[in-house]
Amino acid sequence: MFNEFPETIEIDLRTRVNDAIDWLLSTFGGVFDFIAAVIRTVLLNLEDVLTWLPWPVVLLFIAVMAWFATRNVMNTVVLTALMVMIGMFGYYELAMITLAIIIAAVFISFIIGLPIGILAAQSDKADSVIRPLLDGAQTMPAFVYLIPALMFFGLGRVPAVIATVTYAVPPLIRLTNLGIRTVTQSAIEAATAYGATPRQILRDVQLPLALPTIMAGVNQTTMMALAMVVIASMIGAEGLGQEVLLAINRIDPGRGFEAGLCIVALAVIIDRITQGFADQYKESIS
Amino acid sequence: MADENGILLECRKVSKLFGDEGKTQQVLQMIRDGVGKDEIQSQLGAVVGVREASFDVKRGEFFVIMGLSGSGKSTLIRTLIRLIDPTDGEIIVDGEDITKLSEEGMRNVRRNKTAMVFQHYGLLPHKTVFENAEYGLRTRGISQTERREKAQSAIERVGLKGWENYRPSALSGGMQQRVGLARALAHDPVILLMDEPFSGLDPLIRRQMQQEFGRLQEQEDLTTILVTHDLDEALMLGDRIAIMRDGEIIQIATPDELVTNPADDYVASFVEGASPARFLVARSIMSEDPITVRDGDSAESAMNLMRERKIWSVFIVDGSGKVQGVTSWDAVQRAAQSGSGTLTTSTSGVRKPTTCDPGMSIDELFPLVLNTRHPVAVLGERDEVEGMITKNMLLEALAHDIDYDEDEVEAPSANGAGTTEQANTEVPSV
Ligand SMILES: Nc1ncnc2c1ncn2[C@@H]1O[C@H](COP(=O)(O)OP(=O)(O)OP(=O)(O)O)[C@@H](O)[C@H]1O
Ligand SMILES: [Mg+2]
Repeated sequence: MFNEFPETIEIDLRTRVNDAIDWLLSTFGGVFDFIAAVIRTVLLNLEDVLTWLPWPVVLLFIAVMAWFATRNVMNTVVLTALMVMIGMFGYYELAMITLAIIIAAVFISFIIGLPIGILAAQSDKADSVIRPLLDGAQTMPAFVYLIPALMFFGLGRVPAVIATVTYAVPPLIRLTNLGIRTVTQSAIEAATAYGATPRQILRDVQLPLALPTIMAGVNQTTMMALAMVVIASMIGAEGLGQEVLLAINRIDPGRGFEAGLCIVALAVIIDRITQGFADQYKESIS
Repeated sequence: MADENGILLECRKVSKLFGDEGKTQQVLQMIRDGVGKDEIQSQLGAVVGVREASFDVKRGEFFVIMGLSGSGKSTLIRTLIRLIDPTDGEIIVDGEDITKLSEEGMRNVRRNKTAMVFQHYGLLPHKTVFENAEYGLRTRGISQTERREKAQSAIERVGLKGWENYRPSALSGGMQQRVGLARALAHDPVILLMDEPFSGLDPLIRRQMQQEFGRLQEQEDLTTILVTHDLDEALMLGDRIAIMRDGEIIQIATPDELVTNPADDYVASFVEGASPARFLVARSIMSEDPITVRDGDSAESAMNLMRERKIWSVFIVDGSGKVQGVTSWDAVQRAAQSGSGTLTTSTSGVRKPTTCDPGMSIDELFPLVLNTRHPVAVLGERDEVEGMITKNMLLEALAHDIDYDEDEVEAPSANGAGTTEQANTEVPSV
């Protein structure tokens, strides 16, 4: 008789959750619609610009950025070649669409993550609340982030961006916090001695000096966003991720390999360039 | 709001403890009971940074804080603008107890009254030399043109013209230190706080900077508190010097007093490298018992006095004690043999004396003493003869100085005790 759990004490959480979501949607529907509209507009415009740009311009842009970021001919050639490779696989346009999602997600992560990171750095109390949340978020499987996005925004690229943001924002918060907390005490003390307010100290001293660390956070966030593209494609993000997903569904490993390689190439290009600029800035202030 | 006795900053029993805050009261009690720093540290694990420091700084004064490494100098100077909050005590700046001020009130003090030069520069590494120099003005919201002008002039005064657009990391340590000085100058403070500002500079620039700040102190209505390790610097710049040990101020004195009259062995060991000539003044090398006779006194009695005390010059003073003339054994002897036998200002061989203030420095004394055959009279407040200085005394003081520097023999004892004797060696031409 103990083979089956008694139905009488079963808790029906799912209907309650669904009810709660329905309630939230009907009460704050306007807010969700607004958020969705903003994200959609940003995303569409980014996509338009990126796909409109002639490919030689994009290649030139990557070459120039790679050169100024690394000051190294070899790096410049390799990074540009990676973009050429994407084109030769026939994934240029999909790569631009993925790039649009990544840029939008990183941008939104920055807008959300920076203030939270600053808050955590300035108040130990806030830090003690935020830190366990971030730790928890890190152990959560990436798929889980799809659920709330789906619940509030349905299918499509908007929830894909939102799921990506939730997944990718923690390192930015963490590193903003760390960067501000490790700014040398002597610079803060000097600003204080000359009558700076906490806001002036944040603006003139803490943020500029934490910038290399914050940039490392942006870099990590970008990498995580790229790692999320395949998963996000399950709820409707187009681009390279969807290509991988299709390859899985159709059991076409070659195709999946190509698309996967393109995602890696994109990651390497973005990583090298942003990291290069971060290092240069760091050098100049140390 | 000028205080009546001109005191601009006053510390009353300021203490700063580091460590367990729960034990603060207990530690403060131990401090009041006179328990030593080491014992407090071993018993309660609290570090006493500053211990009941009391002192006042007058408007326009150059106040120096000296002490060995770890004696609490930086901690003390930081508490003065509450970069470190004192654990106990009061700090009164311009009549206002700043330990009671709000954050906002404290910011106003820092913006309008004080500027600080840090031991480790405290520059903003991402800003250029120029931006660093103008930073204090920026927090105050001063217009760009005024900022530009003040910062530029400060940069030029510390000799960094041409470096305005470099970041601190492109500069040597000494140059960075000067950026810190420029920032303080541009801020135009009433009280300038400096924590070992010249220690990183090479000797030539250090001398230049010391002179620049010494000058500044005199020209402008500036009050300076300087922390230093360098005794020569302290003696040269300081109006008064406070010596710290284990967080405690153990003596506050003028440079002169400090060298001639150290409070204990610790202070003595501190000042033992001092070269006295630089700060010795007329009072400290003069002989305190010159022979004075009234105008019209008998020459015979003057001769007796001179023989008795073996001092071969005599000052002639009027009824109110003002010095009128000076002369030597020869002239006194001649006067005794002449008609009236009295000594007056008109007696032949009596000259108007060269006089000086007790505070006159050796440098200034030199030409005076060398340009007259007779001793120089050191005048007191009512122009009475307080003492006299002969060529020998001057040379003696310098000789001690030289001996001292080269052979490390004892410094001249206090108040030129040995120098009266030297007066004897002025050979009378009997
Ligand atoms: N934040 C702190 N926490 C604990 N102890 C401290 C702290 N700051 C200073 N101290 C202690 O206070 C004492 C005085 O230090 P302080 O830096 O004021 O010395 P100082 O006289 O300026 O030395 P130096 O000449 O080396 O600059 C030292 O014993 C030091 O260890
Ligand atoms: Mg110090």
